[in-house]
Amino acid sequence: MFITFNSFVQIALFLALVLALTKPLGLYMTRVFNGERTWLSPVFAPLERFLYRACGIDPAREQRWTGYVIAMLVFNLAGMLLLYGLERTQQWLPLNPQHLGPVEPQLAFNTAASFTTNTNWQNYAGEQTMSYLTQMVGLAYHNFISAATGMALAVALVRGLARHSAEHLGNFWVDLTRATLYILLPICLVGALVLVSQGVVQNFNPYTVVHTLDGGLQVIAQGPVASQEIIKELGTNGGGFFNANSAHPYENPTALTNLIEMLAIISIGAAMFYMFGRMVGDTRQGWALWAAAAILFVLGLAVALPAEQGGNPLLAHLGDNQQASALQPGGNMEGKEVRFGITDSVLFTVTTTATSCGAVNSFLDSYTPLGGLVPLANIALGEVIFGGVGSGLYGMLMFAILTVFIAGLMVGRTPEYLGKKIERKEVMMAALALLISPATVLGFAAVASVLPQGLASLTTNTGPHGLSEILYLYTSSNGNNGSAFAGLAGNTPFYNWTGALAMLIGRFAFLIPILAFGGSLVGKRVVPAGPGTFPTTGPLFVSLLVGVILIVGALTYFPAYALGPIVEHLLMLAGRTF
Amino acid sequence: MHLSLKSLLREYLRPALMLTLLLTILLGLLYPGVVTALAQLLFPYQANGSLRYADGRLVGSELIGQYWTSPKYFHGRPSATLSNDGSHVQPYNAENSGASNLGPTNKVLVQTVQQRIAELKRENPDAPPGPVPADLVTASGSGLDPDISIAAALYQVPRVAKARGLSQETVRQLVLSHVQGRFLGIFGEPHVNVLDLNLALDALKH
Repeated sequence: MFITFNSFVQIALFLALVLALTKPLGLYMTRVFNGERTWLSPVFAPLERFLYRACGIDPAREQRWTGYVIAMLVFNLAGMLLLYGLERTQQWLPLNPQHLGPVEPQLAFNTAASFTTNTNWQNYAGEQTMSYLTQMVGLAYHNFISAATGMALAVALVRGLARHSAEHLGNFWVDLTRATLYILLPICLVGALVLVSQGVVQNFNPYTVVHTLDGGLQVIAQGPVASQEIIKELGTNGGGFFNANSAHPYENPTALTNLIEMLAIISIGAAMFYMFGRMVGDTRQGWALWAAAAILFVLGLAVALPAEQGGNPLLAHLGDNQQASALQPGGNMEGKEVRFGITDSVLFTVTTTATSCGAVNSFLDSYTPLGGLVPLANIALGEVIFGGVGSGLYGMLMFAILTVFIAGLMVGRTPEYLGKKIERKEVMMAALALLISPATVLGFAAVASVLPQGLASLTTNTGPHGLSEILYLYTSSNGNNGSAFAGLAGNTPFYNWTGALAMLIGRFAFLIPILAFGGSLVGKRVVPAGPGTFPTTGPLFVSLLVGVILIVGALTYFPAYALGPIVEHLLMLAGRTF
Repeated sequence: MHLSLKSLLREYLRPALMLTLLLTILLGLLYPGVVTALAQLLFPYQANGSLRYADGRLVGSELIGQYWTSPKYFHGRPSATLSNDGSHVQPYNAENSGASNLGPTNKVLVQTVQQRIAELKRENPDAPPGPVPADLVTASGSGLDPDISIAAALYQVPRVAKARGLSQETVRQLVLSHVQGRFLGIFGEPHVNVLDLNLALDALKH
């Protein structure tokens, strides 16, 4: 066995902490989105009222699904244009002590699409490219609002399930504002300061110049990092202030910050499952989805952890001691940090790809083939393993609908979910939402792996690992994850354009059928549960749901994975290199 | 739904633009401003980069690894960071963090590790024979890893002791007294901060 006792303890405690946070945070979020008073209302309610007044928003007026979609699109477009403008003009703006020039147009477009869609794919090194102002006003701002957008849409969908014989799904402006003011901002204010106390930097200084003891010269990048770091995780965004992301000691200096960052990534997603149960009036509905997610989370760890702790057999031959002991973490340490070792690296990786975060504290391109397959598959399954803030819940609900539909087919009954009949239109929308992703990912990957423009970027790795890199790029872009097999040179016209397109499709072409689905459900009457109703709370439903997620994922992607990570694994065991 | 231009402006465009403007001010300027003010007030050492001084001279950051070459200092891990223009490897470039991104079956990875092992053995002739600690021959994720494993520090004890004319036992004890354990005994991995250890070594001779 390649799992240490300490690994077991760390993972068990981490999952226990996630479980402990789910209910209190879920209850709080329920109050926020139901428009009730919370203990933070004395502080934020006046600000909330001011925002509505200044923007001409009537908080009492709700929208149909179409209005909700238009508001979301117009708002996101405005933010995307603002970010593009900032990137292009940062050389004339303040808070740029390193005098960084304008971001190139294609890269600026890719980055604007990336941060608007909550992807945070980065074809640039932050400390070499973005001024402090662009980081704060451009990138960190999007970290807040793309997260709040995701949460708002998930809540709208839940209202579609919870309400009956109604028309409206809520008010986008209100849901967005309340998510920001009552959930994201307060947690970030506290979390950022805790991160600073551990060593995450927060300043506007020019880069520090050091003459080292050994006679060298070192220039150390600085910046307002902590305020951006915490929302990067909490909003499941993942775009690092620095190129090395959460592997950088100024972003993630200690085991404690690592734990806080992992909890920040996963907690809102997990709590949204509980909130869903609460809003539809049966918390067991939420816990069933939670249980399915937890099973898939542990499955991923069970594959990736032994693969990484086992190390790279090609290096073991050379006299590289990869045995874990009291004196060293051992395992496959290429691309990993000593303070995190194998366990904290793999746990972070599984967490960041189970959700749509994409922050990394170790570099996935250097993972063993099976260790790297897990993050790839996690994203491809739709990031429903607790998932991104909002996106995890609406993705998981699509799978739940598909599950009751399949169960309904088996017994020959019209399927129903939460008392609502799932008919042709709903199944079509759910299927559409679930098919857009593989079509985008596999389509783009197929094109990239035959075109010279696609293959030219395989500058670091070739062979089956090169295919894994291309698959990872589109899977991560389309899944709005943002983590990368970073050896692929992504900052080229071909990848900037196709990657941005995959991100926009993955976000908005997925959201629209989902809201249409919500809009169609909200008008339905509730049918009382009868003896033929398939219960969507027990172990049977949970196993069926896990099965559907895995089978849909496996049938779709297995052929591609067989040619990438799986064949690489077999060739590595046979001693082949490329 | 009546999608007249007027209703489009009133119901969507005005809220979208105004909310973008106001939230930009709140989240993009006020929030990081408040965090910076509080951080500078409460944790000035950490907020400014955990910078370390020796004899009044700035010698680096406790959190950012450095490129050590002299035999009398403990060395950190290999670093794959590039120069600012990306043209060549410049280890521990703290303006351009990053990893090697070499895949597990990449020829270059295997050759590089092989070279590093040979070099390590040449530099440490008195170290125990046999396989070397993995972290000493693999590049870190950030390229700025400030730490090494306990095994990696102990491996270098004979060389450092010899270069400084100290007994191996003295240096060994110094290493063991600089081990930072797991958080709460559970989270993370035990490690040794290289700058911390080297500063203590220099302090020893005074």
